[in-house]
Amino acid sequence: MDIAFASETLISLLSALPLTLELAVTAIALGSVLALALALARLSGMLVLDWFARAYVFVFRGTPLLVQIFLIYYGLSQFAAVRHSILWPVLREPYWCAVLALMLNTAAYASEIIRGGLLSVPHGQVEAARACGMPRLMIFRRIVMPLAIRQALPGYGNEMISMVKATSLASIITLMEITGVAARIISESYRVIEVFVVAGAIYLAINFLLTRLIAFVEYWLTPNQRQPMAIHGELKGEAH
Amino acid sequence: MNSPAFFDIISFGPDGWGHALTAGAWMTVLIALAGFAIGSFIGIFGAWAKISGGPVPRVIAEAYTTILRGIPDLLVIYLFYFGGSAVVTAVGQFFGAEGFVSFPGFVAGALAVSVTSGAQQTEVFRGAFRAVHPGELEAATACGMGRVLKFRRITAPLTLRHALPGLGNVWQVVLKESALVSVTGVVELLRQAQIGAGSTSLPFDFYFIAAMIYLAISTVSGAFLNASERWFSRGVRRG
Repeated sequence: MDIAFASETLISLLSALPLTLELAVTAIALGSVLALALALARLSGMLVLDWFARAYVFVFRGTPLLVQIFLIYYGLSQFAAVRHSILWPVLREPYWCAVLALMLNTAAYASEIIRGGLLSVPHGQVEAARACGMPRLMIFRRIVMPLAIRQALPGYGNEMISMVKATSLASIITLMEITGVAARIISESYRVIEVFVVAGAIYLAINFLLTRLIAFVEYWLTPNQRQPMAIHGELKGEAH
Repeated sequence: MNSPAFFDIISFGPDGWGHALTAGAWMTVLIALAGFAIGSFIGIFGAWAKISGGPVPRVIAEAYTTILRGIPDLLVIYLFYFGGSAVVTAVGQFFGAEGFVSFPGFVAGALAVSVTSGAQQTEVFRGAFRAVHPGELEAATACGMGRVLKFRRITAPLTLRHALPGLGNVWQVVLKESALVSVTGVVELLRQAQIGAGSTSLPFDFYFIAAMIYLAISTVSGAFLNASERWFSRGVRRG
């Protein structure tokens, strides 16, 4: 392995890191909103919403992400109505097409995770809140949502990691994020191993940090499961 | 520019793309099957290394699953495609061939898919083995079964039963991952759709049809997996 070449590669790949992170963060943030809406639609008890969410999840989980990216990036431009609409400046950009596809895709997976979290909230907690006289929205905000997030977080963490990996597909529609730059360097230099090791290490580092971050948030959100802190000077009374 | 109507595309007539798309879908299934089958071998060995291998196999297996689950599949496909080509070119030059020799995309793609799915299957098999009740293994030993007989009659069937739901998930992932192999130029379903989109300038129609075919394959295989799950756990009482 050529260290000089590897460090050169590292510098060019790190310059592509912001784009990878931007794609992942935007897609996850927008996708979580859509996922919550889909999960609520599934649980709303309204047949139309329920079936729409079911069909959405079925279609987006049953087809490859790359096909979804191609459908949005290449497919939509087939229609003159899209090309002349006000959305065209957005849909023309590969960046926004990638974000849109990643977001729609992650929403399908995340909605099932959130739905599981919402279903896991014990009914007694909701009843207690109702008995305290909380209105529906407040119950959702103060009781259901915090408990559901706590439950769904490990699963959501896995989904975030797979989203970071999925941003690599954006390179196929010309976006020069880490994998895109790596592929370019490989095809220019034919030195596969070095580039693969460096690019892989960057992705591993991102995912490692993400895992730690999620573990920290999980720790922070579950004070009830921690060991109680030892309180000093409390037992004075028992001394004599 | 002749733009055929939607139903002309899926027809099997002279102007239709039915045959080409069917061949592409068949190739997709082949890549996925090859990747899944080789991945199962890797997964079984990986699980063995993690459960009862020595310290060295265990560390290797841990590193393998950690790395392969942390980096994008596309990167692995590039590694196998370009790396394989580099090896083949070097071998070719050794024997006097000139210029760049490209590695067959199907082999590179199937290997890449199997290596990534192998990491997932390692975890599936390991978890499934952990789910086997130790009492059943002890009972087999108590009956005087040898190692091989115990593995064949008790361990393998019970592990497989617990592994089936996880293997079903891995299969769905592999099927979708096979679409990435199109970057190596293998004419599977997505690549065929790209070719069709390019020559008719109807990208939406072709990618939509490809999406529907993927959906059909995953639905049919999912139903099959569910049925086999029911069949293989018919002796299990559900709480």
